[in-house]
Amino acid sequence: MGSAYLFSILSTAAIFTLLALSLNIITGYAGQAMMGIAAFFGIGAYTAAIITVAGGNFWLALIVAIIVSGIFGVLLGVISLRLQADFLAITTIGINFVMAAVFNSLKITGGTLGLTTTKPMLFGTQMNNTSFFLVTLVFIVIVCLLITKMRHSWFGMALASIENDPGASRSFGINVNKYQILAFTIGTALAGLAGGLYSHRMGFISSSDFAFVVSIEIVSMCVIGGLGTLRGPIFGAVFLSILPEVLRFANDYRELVSALLLVIMVRFMPEGLLGDDSPVWKAIMKLWRKFVPKKKTRADLIVDDYLAEKGGKS
Amino acid sequence: MFSQQIMNALAIGSVYALTAMGATLIYGILGILDIANAGAYLIGAYLGWYIYYATGSLAVAFIGSIIAVGLLGIVLQRYIYSPILAKPHTLSIIPLVAAVGLFTMSSDLVRLICGPYSKSYDYDFGVTSINIGSIVMVPAWILIFALTALLLLVLWFILNKTKLGLAWRATANDNEIARVCGVNTNNAMALSYILGYGFAAAAGIMVGLLYNSITPALGEVPSYKMLAIIVLGGLGNPLGTVLAGLIIGFVEVFASAYASFPIPKDAIAFVVLIIMLLIKPEGLMGRKNKV
Repeated sequence: MGSAYLFSILSTAAIFTLLALSLNIITGYAGQAMMGIAAFFGIGAYTAAIITVAGGNFWLALIVAIIVSGIFGVLLGVISLRLQADFLAITTIGINFVMAAVFNSLKITGGTLGLTTTKPMLFGTQMNNTSFFLVTLVFIVIVCLLITKMRHSWFGMALASIENDPGASRSFGINVNKYQILAFTIGTALAGLAGGLYSHRMGFISSSDFAFVVSIEIVSMCVIGGLGTLRGPIFGAVFLSILPEVLRFANDYRELVSALLLVIMVRFMPEGLLGDDSPVWKAIMKLWRKFVPKKKTRADLIVDDYLAEKGGKS
Repeated sequence: MFSQQIMNALAIGSVYALTAMGATLIYGILGILDIANAGAYLIGAYLGWYIYYATGSLAVAFIGSIIAVGLLGIVLQRYIYSPILAKPHTLSIIPLVAAVGLFTMSSDLVRLICGPYSKSYDYDFGVTSINIGSIVMVPAWILIFALTALLLLVLWFILNKTKLGLAWRATANDNEIARVCGVNTNNAMALSYILGYGFAAAAGIMVGLLYNSITPALGEVPSYKMLAIIVLGGLGNPLGTVLAGLIIGFVEVFASAYASFPIPKDAIAFVVLIIMLLIKPEGLMGRKNKV
């Protein structure tokens, strides 16, 4: 196994990690049923590709891709306010199918022939899979830091409360509409970034790259890993990107195995392998605590002192 | 030519209505968007084909396939869907994800077991076409009309005239209250699945007869188009589903016959759906404030 092969898998896995993180913002944190993230992935991919094919700069194209898919995300966010969960799920599935059909028939997206892109330059050399992987990794790290920061901000807490109960959070004076639209915007903009990277990493895109099955794959990554956590979607994306390579010897059974895995997961562990309530994650945390004891807070110390005075009895 | 198109649209609309009826019955009780219904449709078509070639009787194929797939539905409900729904705090997309997984599994299993190539029913209706006035009827259409009417009548009878149907309607109205009143909601759920999957199987065989070909990809188009139809029909409303199935059948047939769209025929259902949802978010015949 050459390093070229390894990095071709890793760079794809990294792009799908970004996608899983983007879906996680909408479905995991804000609790909105989003089944058509691939449509926004496609909008980003085509936008960036059209710009560089016309001679534009790759980095500029990435920024435009983020903005364009973010704008479409605002639209979807506004629509989502009118629809309850199941209607939203079906509408987003519909948007995915309609967008795939649009990509397949518009002239500017190359129609059925798709679009061919050239690999952009980075520090004077043409980017290959390795540099794409590294660039995507930098984006992932930035996104993770931002998400961690967001989780502890007002925005993150508002999202958590919307996910729990939109009605109750509205009555607490949280501007549910604003935050919900914002979650859609950030999530889809991130998917647009992944799209821009994807179209240039692949060198060729066609409408089938953004079909509904791709959305399902991204949903599967989040669900298998654990929606609503940071580690879950990353793990799921890496796992499901590598799984087909591992199962290459059983090519015919690949889809069957991943579908079976998905059904088993949602049946027995809907919180995901690494979700907060998952037994696997709890076991990992227990093991972790054995080696790295939890830093004691002041409250813990006071309790400890009290217990020591009482002779260890509570 | 025009009346010909109407008949064609009616036939396609009937098949859509039957396919989506399963999903509607299941949604009505469990609130699951059951894409796996399209898997039942696929398995029903293949099972019917095997039974037809083993026995030579289309009637046996229909009945056998409907019963077998209906029982499969009960198994899935008991061991997959109910346990998922029983867990607290499940996100609304989790059952949908399970359904997508089951659907993918069904397509793959059919492909691996029955082979990737298409099979044809080659059923001999005795005549190639029947002329009624100026309309030329394909015999498969007449079979589809008759069977759809029969199955819908059976459904109407079960839901409105039997005790089990009463339990179904009570459960669909309010699951908790029905249980408190002593209704066996488990039976109502089982009824949804046996009827839902059975209907899907019948629709599968009908499509096999209509186009004279079945492939492992048979379920792909219905899997999502079904969702558009059940939403148009107001999610969980059987009558609305029949209407929505016919509407989509008509729009598709007439749009592809008399207008040129920049998008493929199969995406039309969703364009209709998205426009309608923006105007009337509770569905064509939906009840307001139903969560």
